[in-house]
Amino acid sequence: MRRHATVLGLAVLLGSLAAACGGGSQEAQAPPPPTENPVDPATAGSVAGRVTFEGTPRTLPPMKMDSDPNCAAQAPTAPDESVVVGGGGALQNVFVYVKDGLGTLRFPVPAAAVVLDQKGCRYVPHVLGVQVGQGVEVLNSDPTLHNVHAAPASNSEFNTGQPIQGMKHTHRFSTREVMVPFKCDVHPWMHAWVGVLDHPFFAVSGADGSFQLTGLPPGTYTIEAWHETLGTQTQTVTIGAKETGNVAFSFKSTT
Amino acid sequence: MLHLFAAFVAAATALLIFAGGLVTSTGSGLSVPDWPTTYGWSMFTFPIDKWVGGIFYEHSHRLIASTVGMLIIVLAVWLRRAEERRWVRRLGYVALAAVVTQGILGGITVLWFLPDPISIAHASLAQVVFCLTVTIALVTSPGWQRGAASSDRRLQAIAAAATGAVYLQIILGATMRHIGAGLAIPDFPLAFGRLVPPVWTAKIATHYAHRVGALAVTTLAIATVSHVLHHHRARGELRRPSLLLLLLLAVQITLGALTVLSGKQHVINSLHVVTGAFVLGTSLVLTLRAYRPQFGFEDVRSGVRTPRAGTHLVPDPGSRIPSPGGAGA
Repeated sequence: MRRHATVLGLAVLLGSLAAACGGGSQEAQAPPPPTENPVDPATAGSVAGRVTFEGTPRTLPPMKMDSDPNCAAQAPTAPDESVVVGGGGALQNVFVYVKDGLGTLRFPVPAAAVVLDQKGCRYVPHVLGVQVGQGVEVLNSDPTLHNVHAAPASNSEFNTGQPIQGMKHTHRFSTREVMVPFKCDVHPWMHAWVGVLDHPFFAVSGADGSFQLTGLPPGTYTIEAWHETLGTQTQTVTIGAKETGNVAFSFKSTT
Repeated sequence: MLHLFAAFVAAATALLIFAGGLVTSTGSGLSVPDWPTTYGWSMFTFPIDKWVGGIFYEHSHRLIASTVGMLIIVLAVWLRRAEERRWVRRLGYVALAAVVTQGILGGITVLWFLPDPISIAHASLAQVVFCLTVTIALVTSPGWQRGAASSDRRLQAIAAAATGAVYLQIILGATMRHIGAGLAIPDFPLAFGRLVPPVWTAKIATHYAHRVGALAVTTLAIATVSHVLHHHRARGELRRPSLLLLLLLAVQITLGALTVLSGKQHVINSLHVVTGAFVLGTSLVLTLRAYRPQFGFEDVRSGVRTPRAGTHLVPDPGSRIPSPGGAGA
């Protein structure tokens, strides 16, 4: 009797642990994406704009990379990439995308993977976008080992090791999520952000703060700009056939 | 010799807890993504030139854990071969089962990306393993085998309550660490400039509970020490751990404050974790010594254990409380 109770207790404990921590996948099963782009190129327009920063950015001192001599040999410090402001207040690394307005349109998934490189013990690029089902090829260009740890909220978490230079790992996200954080637990200064969308209308602001979303069908759209420390902003823009709508985002320090 | 080895195992377990604290404090828990291998290597052949960044902490923790596991296997076998008391031999088996479970929890928490319940269980079971090794070291000591004097039920109750409170406080601390609430209240000794936080979230509540828990532990520990110094001042086996408990508590509260004020500096944070283990172990030793008469007189060579007979034991010249058996002064 006591033995049965012990076995039952163990089963309940293991079951509870599995239920609490094993987690079920929250990723929904979606029908396969179409192969043809539903947007008529004869009417397609675009949204263009610029992201700026008002005020003086609060920058952190560069982080020493001496905990790994292989990293320090390439550069002694890693720059703070949380707020990168260029000339004229241009704010870099802002993920801009169509948040709403596409209705039920569905888009083909690009066959080519997006590359996220680990180079100089930094993620290059720091912010990028990818479509649901499209490959993200994480490459280790460094002469040291990295772990690639993505900690999404809606997609499946993964953590994989890349101990040898040149190793690649391709991952496909199964559901829309803005944004998925990537980090390397070996080198705690390494962070990247990946925006996962079910359409191709996204861009990352460049060194001059500019961005462009092309190939949009005429319509009214909610455009969101996401920044890793400064938050999000949205604007509505309407574009006609072959038109370019302009939007501008201006962020301020939240502290 | 067995006692010395058991004490060594307990010390190695404390080192393991410190190393585990470093893993959490540096955020290195997932820097080695696989288990039981290390980036595909056997953990014992993983090249030392690859112990970089967070891997240094995580891999060192795994190696120390493996060493402690092997030491506890040796301890359990040694107890089986040399120890006459069945309950002490069983303690060895329990310690072995606990350390194996602890290793599995450590592996699961890596493979499942550090889920809070598993990580908290891993941190809490570590303290149980430490307590088991401390207990084995204590009960195999010559002092324990000489027996004890009178039984003081009040001391037993206060000391046991203090030990239980310390353990609960450690579980609370582990919960605070693993849910990321270590700086949920950024100031010390006040909370957002007040005695009671003006806003409440789950993290603030957990952090605040840990501070209130520290007060409760301190109160119980002071009550225990006061009782010992008042009623059993002449009994060195009670007086020494009592004074050590007070000293460790003072160090522990200071480390807790410094952990907050330093923004969770990883060495300070880890010292806070291992000092918690020392507080628990010291309180446990005091409690077990208070309960020593309940174990009766044990002839360790024959394994024969006589009933709880205070009259068989060494008289307590310093005790002011008569024991049920009449052995008190």
